[in-house]
Amino acid sequence: MELENLQREDVLMSTRLAAGGRLLNRGKSVRFEFNGKHLRGFDGDTLASALLANDQMLMGRSFKYHRPRGLVASGAEEPNGLVNLGKGGRFEPNARVTTTELFDGLTATSQNHWPSLDFDVGVVNNYAARFLPAGFYYKTFIQPRAAWKHVFEPFIRQSAGLGKAPKDRDVDTYEHFYAFVDVLIVGGGIAGLQAAKTAGASGAKVLLIEQTGHWGGRAPVDGAVIDGKSADDWINNTLDLLDKMENVQVRSRLMGAGIYDHGYALAHERLTDHAPSDDMPRHRLWRIRAKQIITATGAIERPLSFAGNDIPGVMLASAVRDYVVNYGVSAGDRTVVVTNNDDAYRTAIALKGAGLDVPLILDARASGGGALAEEAAALGIRIANGKAIASVKGGKRVTGVQVCAQAGEGAVLEEIACDAIAMSGGWSPVVHLWSHCGGKLIWDDAHAHFRPDADRAPTGADGEPFVSVTGGADGAMSFSGALANADETARHVSKRIGRKAKKATPPNADDVEMAPLAPVWKMPQGAGIKLRSKMWLDYQNDVKVSDVQLAAQEGFESVEHTKRYTTLGMATDQGKLSNINGLAVLADSLNEEIPQVGTTTFRPPYTPISMGSIAGEATGERFQPLRRTPLHDWHAGNGAYWEPVGHWRRPYCFQRSGESVEDAVQREVKATRDSLGLLDASTLGKIIVKGPDAGKFLDMLYTNMMSTLKPGRCRYGLMCSENGFLMDDGVVARIDEDTWLCHTTTGGADHIHAHMEEWLQTEWWDWQVFTANVTEQYAQIAVVGPNARNLLEKLGGMDVSADALPFMAWADGQIGGFDVRAYRISFSGELSYEIAVPASQGRAFWDALLEAGAEWQVTPYGTEALHIMRAEKGFIMIGDETDGTVIPQDLGLDWALSKKKNDYLGKRAQQRSHMADPDRWKLVGLETLDGSVLPDGAYATADGTNANGQRNTQGRVTSTYHSPTLGRGIAMGLVLNGPDRIGEVIDFPKTDGSIVKAKIVNPVFYDPEGEKQNV
Amino acid sequence: MLILHCPYCGVDAEETELHAGGQAHLTRETVGSDDEAFEDYLFMRENPKGVHFERWRHASGCGKWFHAARCTTTLEVFGTYSAQTTAPPREICDAISGKRPGWSWKTFSARMFS
Repeated sequence: MELENLQREDVLMSTRLAAGGRLLNRGKSVRFEFNGKHLRGFDGDTLASALLANDQMLMGRSFKYHRPRGLVASGAEEPNGLVNLGKGGRFEPNARVTTTELFDGLTATSQNHWPSLDFDVGVVNNYAARFLPAGFYYKTFIQPRAAWKHVFEPFIRQSAGLGKAPKDRDVDTYEHFYAFVDVLIVGGGIAGLQAAKTAGASGAKVLLIEQTGHWGGRAPVDGAVIDGKSADDWINNTLDLLDKMENVQVRSRLMGAGIYDHGYALAHERLTDHAPSDDMPRHRLWRIRAKQIITATGAIERPLSFAGNDIPGVMLASAVRDYVVNYGVSAGDRTVVVTNNDDAYRTAIALKGAGLDVPLILDARASGGGALAEEAAALGIRIANGKAIASVKGGKRVTGVQVCAQAGEGAVLEEIACDAIAMSGGWSPVVHLWSHCGGKLIWDDAHAHFRPDADRAPTGADGEPFVSVTGGADGAMSFSGALANADETARHVSKRIGRKAKKATPPNADDVEMAPLAPVWKMPQGAGIKLRSKMWLDYQNDVKVSDVQLAAQEGFESVEHTKRYTTLGMATDQGKLSNINGLAVLADSLNEEIPQVGTTTFRPPYTPISMGSIAGEATGERFQPLRRTPLHDWHAGNGAYWEPVGHWRRPYCFQRSGESVEDAVQREVKATRDSLGLLDASTLGKIIVKGPDAGKFLDMLYTNMMSTLKPGRCRYGLMCSENGFLMDDGVVARIDEDTWLCHTTTGGADHIHAHMEEWLQTEWWDWQVFTANVTEQYAQIAVVGPNARNLLEKLGGMDVSADALPFMAWADGQIGGFDVRAYRISFSGELSYEIAVPASQGRAFWDALLEAGAEWQVTPYGTEALHIMRAEKGFIMIGDETDGTVIPQDLGLDWALSKKKNDYLGKRAQQRSHMADPDRWKLVGLETLDGSVLPDGAYATADGTNANGQRNTQGRVTSTYHSPTLGRGIAMGLVLNGPDRIGEVIDFPKTDGSIVKAKIVNPVFYDPEGEKQNV
Repeated sequence: MLILHCPYCGVDAEETELHAGGQAHLTRETVGSDDEAFEDYLFMRENPKGVHFERWRHASGCGKWFHAARCTTTLEVFGTYSAQTTAPPREICDAISGKRPGWSWKTFSARMFS
């Protein structure tokens, strides 16, 4: 508790001022809850401003050292103010308080601390800081292994993550929205508004989007006067004007998230975050195609690097000003301003105007500021030129600053008591969107920032630029400059899309004369290691000036490597505050110029967007389309235990009441083998291949010969990829002289059809062949078992005797009054007919089979019974025995590889030395000595170990079942030279460490002579 | 998220409607070719920073394969054309030469099959 007492500074206050707050509706009070405390704010507040008004400066703890963290910014760049928002189905972690609009009933809790925000045990990491340097994480991977397992891993896991993942299902809905426009303008500051006005006047279809709920950006806060009017008046006039233009659409709370190829942009709209509702979607993801895009995304202020710049109460000067002007909230009573540019003087002037104390402005420039400095001095504010902060005093709250000379090493000249510090290191244009699709940057020495290089813009399908930049994002640092720049940019963009904006004078704004900025990357200039190790660059991830310097020292010279080594800029703010400061320190350490070091890559989204918005409507049942066979409803009504197969749902088995899945499967197999089973085989792919060259084409596609098949006959065929691997199998039926029907696996129908089309269209385009995927045109039902023929004969119609319809024949006819095509094929080893009827007749035919089959206890069976029966027969299954590395020769299917054909897809590949090697893992049956079921995928061990110290292997299990027919475990597997080792016993270790011994046997376990199916 | 014009059905198709098929104008090697030629055909692909010829299928549209000539760095599309050809047609080569003077299909294809 001693620690706690040292850090108690509860006399210092942030508070709501009696007057002011241009965005507030003081007539409407709003109640909310933070960490269980009931608090009040006003309509128009953000959660950040409302918390500050309630003296809640402490927001959370940093990631690594668990140091107290307060608000730094007022917008999307805020790194510290992250909270758990909402409860239950509306819980969301890592919500940024500065971009969360306050509403009645809002609840929030702070995160990344234990046990409480005010007292955090993890803060001891703070004292262990010298053991957690840059690259700490990577360094833990170095030996000894025990240290990683028992020390580092538990520690890292404990510290990892900020907020907690939600536990409940999201109750909100989300949607996608498509928009097609001529000009998309991102950013609703005065530059964006002016650009929309000019582009709109050209007649172009314009969409102007703004991420916050209000318009005009910083201009009203900074007291801009435009065409003699206040900024607020000009903004409202302009919005009225845009509203009257039918070709212009204006949307707020819509953030430009990313720009992609050929004018594609993503934007994220927050519809109900500020007023939760069940009546409409929470977020909407806009998928926009624009001919031209203008980014008017403004600029973000940079922090200054001085010792203790992370103590709560140290804020960006612009943020301090925003809270006073927009929300009537003071961050503190006595604010010291520290700057390297003129803009921060505006904060001092605004604070003074609100009746607050500004004891001192520290201007790092020896020559001091311009007109704004004179104005501040005239208000009686003390200004110290060439001075800097040596160190900030305080723990959980700023209590004062120690002043030093910027040029020196930090010798303290005086100490000033204060409870807030407003800092400004200059402004960096928001170049993210410009950069997403390849726009390049140039370094602007005068303003010490990167800005877009118009000569190297992102280009579109015509090779011409499709992104332009304007206003503060383009480095225009004055009101009139931004407006003129916006007008010109919009004019240029209109021309690019073939429109002409009428000549009009851009609005005029009163600018103040600014003295030049002086780059300051470290304060004071000659700070020693003690100070540098207290200068924070990345507040959330605890990256300090000393860390970047250490990284450079250890050889991480590329900015991308330094980022990953130190985690600089990897926090949820993605380096919006830390990026330029960090790479300036890196450049300095490497003795290079900043532009030579360059920036890390800017990647979308600009700020995090919800996973819900990305999913849109594709959730639950709408996640993907469901394919239903004509018998789907019958299955659903009769105990189907579903298995997803591609987009289909197939019954795995049909459970009777009180029956387990395993019992159902065993029952279905026995009933089918003993009497009669029915299978819904409608999902099998059915592709018609037709034309004078169809036979020649199929001879190329299949490994065996299909052109010699006689009409009325069927043949089992294999398809390989050009790389030689087995990709699909199935029965091919020749329908007539130039028509074949190819059955594919259930999962293979679409890609095999695509495979056929690819070869036809891109290689053999002069062959006269058509293909059609008719899978869904037919219901196909397998009638299987010793009573299969009895059932069909009972229904009556075509001759289904062994003579009229022998094994591997097919015929058209009628059964029970239905038009059918009956195939004598078997995947079970039993007497079997697969009968296709038009899809519309499927259910009626199925019902007829069930009714007539009752006397033989007809039993519908599912995919698992199908699998067991085929495994008992040693038939391979694509996806079980094959995995993209298996060739037909491995599966003993050499008989299906035509020796007569000169060529087929995969033939040349199979001649390669590795594939032609006789020493391969080949298909065998496996019988456990104890009758148990081998674990699926288990490996057979061999003698010795490999280079990684792992046991050598000699085979693996590909299919494994309990066979109800044989009453024991059976398996198929690939074993080195397996067919030559029949009778040998090999070891399969299980995950529990025990070993199962299995004998290598013939893979055909049941009816090896085929007497059952060929009757 | 490219937009490519399907020369068969005439639609300017979004990339989500399309299926990318890799490098265009390969010559199939098969039985009788030596290992090196077969390996080149099966595995070796151009990965140019600049002009490239690609195969695309209008998968969620008319289902047809076509070819596109485009620049992999600027995203510029010089044109799309029938897949039923062994070399880019004259007007495509001219369009590329107009934008990339000195470029020639032959040097590209020589590099491709070297």
